[in-house]
Amino acid sequence: MTLLSTRNLTKRYAGVLANEAINFDLPQGQIRALIGPNGAGKSTFVGMLSGRIPTTSGSVTFDGKDISALPAHARIALGIAYTFQITSVFAGLSVHENVALAARRRLGRDGAAVDAKVADSLSRVGLADRATQIAGDLSYGHQRILEIAMGLAQDPRLFILDEPTQGLAESEIADFKTLIRSLGGATTILLIEHNMSVVMETAEAITVLSNGTVLADGTPAQIRADPAVQAAYLGTADA
Amino acid sequence: MTAATRDAALHLGVLTLLAGLWFVLPTYHSGNLARIMVLAVYAMGYNLLFGYTGLLSLGHALFFAAGMYGLAIAMQQGGWSAAPGFLAGLIAALVVSGVAGALALRTTGVAFMIVTLMFAQAGYLTVLYFGAITRGDEGFVIPQAARSLAGIDLTTPANRYFAALILFGAVFLGLAWLVRSPFGRTLIAIRENEARAKMLGYDTHAYKLRAVILSGTISGASGAAYALLFGYAGATFATVQYSIFPLLWVLLGGAGTTIGPLIGAIFMFYLIDLASGVTDAYMLIAGVVLVLLTLFAPQGLAGTLRNRVWPWLP
Ligand SMILES: Nc1ncnc2c1ncn2[C@@H]1O[C@H](COP(=O)(O)OP(=O)(O)OP(=O)(O)O)[C@@H](O)[C@H]1O
Ligand SMILES: [Mg+2]
Repeated sequence: MTLLSTRNLTKRYAGVLANEAINFDLPQGQIRALIGPNGAGKSTFVGMLSGRIPTTSGSVTFDGKDISALPAHARIALGIAYTFQITSVFAGLSVHENVALAARRRLGRDGAAVDAKVADSLSRVGLADRATQIAGDLSYGHQRILEIAMGLAQDPRLFILDEPTQGLAESEIADFKTLIRSLGGATTILLIEHNMSVVMETAEAITVLSNGTVLADGTPAQIRADPAVQAAYLGTADA
Repeated sequence: MTAATRDAALHLGVLTLLAGLWFVLPTYHSGNLARIMVLAVYAMGYNLLFGYTGLLSLGHALFFAAGMYGLAIAMQQGGWSAAPGFLAGLIAALVVSGVAGALALRTTGVAFMIVTLMFAQAGYLTVLYFGAITRGDEGFVIPQAARSLAGIDLTTPANRYFAALILFGAVFLGLAWLVRSPFGRTLIAIRENEARAKMLGYDTHAYKLRAVILSGTISGASGAAYALLFGYAGATFATVQYSIFPLLWVLLGGAGTTIGPLIGAIFMFYLIDLASGVTDAYMLIAGVVLVLLTLFAPQGLAGTLRNRVWPWLP
């Protein structure tokens, strides 16, 4: 079953055609990586999925429903969680409250359920012992991990992560891979990632964007062997 | 002690102290305090929007005056008694803040400040324009005989003091509860990072509109109570000065704290009172003290206490 698909999704900024008629299908439960060189249009694409960035034209369908006209908060409420490429937490609030805000939108006034969800989400990412700290006092890496916990606390059906491992230490990246694999199946994941070891070890399928269009789609092995991808992306990214 | 019992102890303690002060303060000061408590309700309404939601309005006099004239016109021109008059004040403020909020929230930041300022200015001019009903600049006195509620004469100092305390206490406790509730915490999230709140699935526009309406209606309750307890409604209360006052009270007392508005209102009331005893240029002294406070306690008095001594302060 397809959870999310786009048809002719297009974004034009003043002079730049950032996304050009993108057709994309994401099956339920899959871990999909979205890769491509800097400026390829990856963040623009997921921004249009989540509703954060208005589309120029084209449509987005989620769970069989056309959500193109829905504002961002309504799409999130349907079960799409989103982490920003540029860390965006509530810097003045505690780590616990950051995650509680994420959980509360769904769990509402049930304080005990919210607290349990927060504790669970924080322990899954290894931040349980920092619950009382102010989010803005955390290291950059921990703030990124906190954003992931905020995503988990929403129990999303689709979890979109924009370069989550940027700025993480090696050990944290290893934990992240384990976490993503543990979510696979139950949660559909769309992961923008520059770190090839994360992509190759977690993704079941990969989509390559280049210059605002889909360059290739396939399994990790297919993508690795694709000469066009190597020319456009892997060659430059590895350099 | 859990956070909830500590909050309750603090807020009930403040109310007990205010009740006790009636019995020890000389008449002059208890009269002042009655006035301050009513104005602190205005400050608390303002604080909900500014301190907790992060929206800086320069037009709250519009809501204060809507409450004041809602009550005063209903009582004076309509011959209503105090209770339905007060309700008329609340409804006037609710409607005005709903309309002004829906329009002003199309803008953000500096534009929001300017739009609210313009709305309040339009409100002030409306009061002057309909001078036949509002008596314009001169305003009007609400006769002593009409100022009673459920048979209780609100013009005696004691009744007036405790009526002010009851209104203050209801709003004080209500807001203390609200800012700890999921709704209040969502407002704080919007203040801290609206883009993130939206991307957690909160309809931030709807939350902000509700905050404007609640804030405006509380401000209107203060305006209506002011007219009822002190017997006068006038266009001065719709001027820009009365939009700036709650901002100053809240900044001085501590934006985003539950006790800040009361502290700020007391502080500023007595600052002006004392300074005007010393010199005619009392606003100059007040200004210097304000500048010093902003320099050395930018979080306001309660905010500084929260940073330095009691991090749990709600
Ligand atoms: N708000 C904007 N206004 C104008 N141009 C923009 C805007 N945002 C992005 N762009 C342009 O659109 C193109 C795609 O940007 P996008 O951020 O989607 O790329 P990306 O694949 O996420 O890159 P990166 O890997 O660096 O994050 C780039 O050329 C970028 O300069
Ligand atoms: Mg990007």
